[in-house]
Amino acid sequence: MKTIFTKILTTSFLIMATGFVSLQAAAQSGEIARTPSGKPDLSGIWQAMTTAHYNVEPHAASYGPHPRQMGAASALPASIGIIEGGSIPYNEQGRRQRDLNKADAHNLDPLTKCYMPGVPRANYLPFPFQIVQSTDVVLVAYEYAESNRIVYVDQPELESQVDAWMGHSNAHWEGDTLVVRVSGQMENTWFDRAGNHHSYQMVVEERWTPMGANHIQYEATMTDPNTFTAPWTVSFPIYRHLDESMQILEFKCAEFSEEFLYGEFRKEGTPIGVPE
Amino acid sequence: MNLKKLFIFSTLTALSGAVVAQSDAGYEVPKTEYGQPDLQGVWNFSSNTPMQRPQKYGNQEFLTREQVEEAIAAQQARADAADALAAKRVINPDAPDATDNPGGYNDFWLEVRGLGDTVRSSHIVYPLDGRVPTAVEGAQRQYGGLGPDIPSTRPVRYVVGGIAKEGPEDRGLSERCIVGFNSGPPFLPSLYNNNLQIVQNQDTAVIMTEMIHDARIVQLGDKPELDENITLWSGDSRGYYEGDTLVVVTKNFNGLRQTFNSTGSNEDMVLTEKFTRTAFDNVDYEFTIDDPSTFTDKITAIVPMTKLAGQIYEYACHEGNYGMVNILRGERMEEQRAAEGGSR
Repeated sequence: MKTIFTKILTTSFLIMATGFVSLQAAAQSGEIARTPSGKPDLSGIWQAMTTAHYNVEPHAASYGPHPRQMGAASALPASIGIIEGGSIPYNEQGRRQRDLNKADAHNLDPLTKCYMPGVPRANYLPFPFQIVQSTDVVLVAYEYAESNRIVYVDQPELESQVDAWMGHSNAHWEGDTLVVRVSGQMENTWFDRAGNHHSYQMVVEERWTPMGANHIQYEATMTDPNTFTAPWTVSFPIYRHLDESMQILEFKCAEFSEEFLYGEFRKEGTPIGVPE
Repeated sequence: MNLKKLFIFSTLTALSGAVVAQSDAGYEVPKTEYGQPDLQGVWNFSSNTPMQRPQKYGNQEFLTREQVEEAIAAQQARADAADALAAKRVINPDAPDATDNPGGYNDFWLEVRGLGDTVRSSHIVYPLDGRVPTAVEGAQRQYGGLGPDIPSTRPVRYVVGGIAKEGPEDRGLSERCIVGFNSGPPFLPSLYNNNLQIVQNQDTAVIMTEMIHDARIVQLGDKPELDENITLWSGDSRGYYEGDTLVVVTKNFNGLRQTFNSTGSNEDMVLTEKFTRTAFDNVDYEFTIDDPSTFTDKITAIVPMTKLAGQIYEYACHEGNYGMVNILRGERMEEQRAAEGGSR
């Protein structure tokens, strides 16, 4: 009886496993959308399915800010992380700064102030973003804080002029992969809410590779001798939103950050916000 | 040579030759790889044409050559006066001007446009007298500006100025970095940064303004309508092509901005914009405001946009908004000083 039971289980597992594999194969063999010129068409509304926004390194769940007022609503979810190799190769000074940041991360995180997230963080925030691909430029419009980027394709002569929160993006195609070099980023952006950071010298090389009709494998390699002992890479899939009514909405969070930023200068007793 | 002088120089040069129309006769609009009229690029909508037509021009939509030359002379005189004032400040930086007010922006900041030969007497072309129509009785009015605060009640719907300094909500929407002072929609020529970039693909057109890095995504095709409960600062835009014109219809505004000309709140506004490329370096931008709860008639205006061979820069307003801290902190210090028996 035990043997028969084992055989049934084994057979069921094999059927399930085969089904899983074929589903995966079907998903991955989906036709990649292409532009009339034959390039992969990355246009669409996309979002990462990861909690790396809280911490790009592997981490367990933990208390969030104001547990007395917010309870579990502010708690931070666990994550397997998105870094190849598991951790960021900080130099000594970089690690010391990360630890300082981490000790007061909820107050110091630039996103608490609704500042633009920079690259690559914008790509794994829990907000959708839309890619609008044209021939010479690819526009990436992020719902979060109306951050957006113009990616200049095959226009290396257009260089970074001044540092910017979302940097300056130059791209070219390598086969079906859009390779984007992001330079000129402000040093003020972080990678996550755990204090992971970089300097103004950081250059990010992104690789956007369509793996089927509805997902892109995204990689970003960070090089910053000021902060890291070696380049390091994050990697995760990005998924297409399939709901036909899906669209990017507004998250103009400048308004929601005003009390945090300016509250100490508010006249005592003045109401917050505008009347409903 | 600054931008203003360059424009004046260009205008004088153009006037000395033959009359040249703003749109190239027989111009064939280039197409995108999807066969749509190609409007892509960076465009500048600076202007020195008034939004409303001076009443002396009546229904005259374009100025005559004599009126253009008169306008150029007046413009040159203003530029000379500004230069003279600037020179005086360089010689004696402590010398007060007539109003003892140093002003917020000098000549360096101001963008203007060449007067060309087909010069409009106003951007508004409907009503036919080029004037803002009568407001509906009871429509809200709220006036901002660079002068002293004008007391009123929240919400502050205009872009610059304030009703008080008790909290950030008492300031204009651009001072709070929520919307740009010219980025609309609709776009209204203003002091500077009158720039936008258009990007198109098969089912989307994006109008990205430099101010507040606002990328307004225009859905083309049959996307379901947005629920009326979802209201937005920039509204919800749907579009289609009508020949060589991109037509964009925007609604679902959040009612926290004015409809037009210091009047109304925009929750009932329907905005129709048309983008038509008339030359390699020109797109005519036409917008029509339809808000029966604010104005007794529609308003249509045309603003030409000039192609720029440059990039849009990141206008990180909120990230650099030291002004808001200074405004509020300064006011609290003034109050404290007054409470301690000093003068404000």
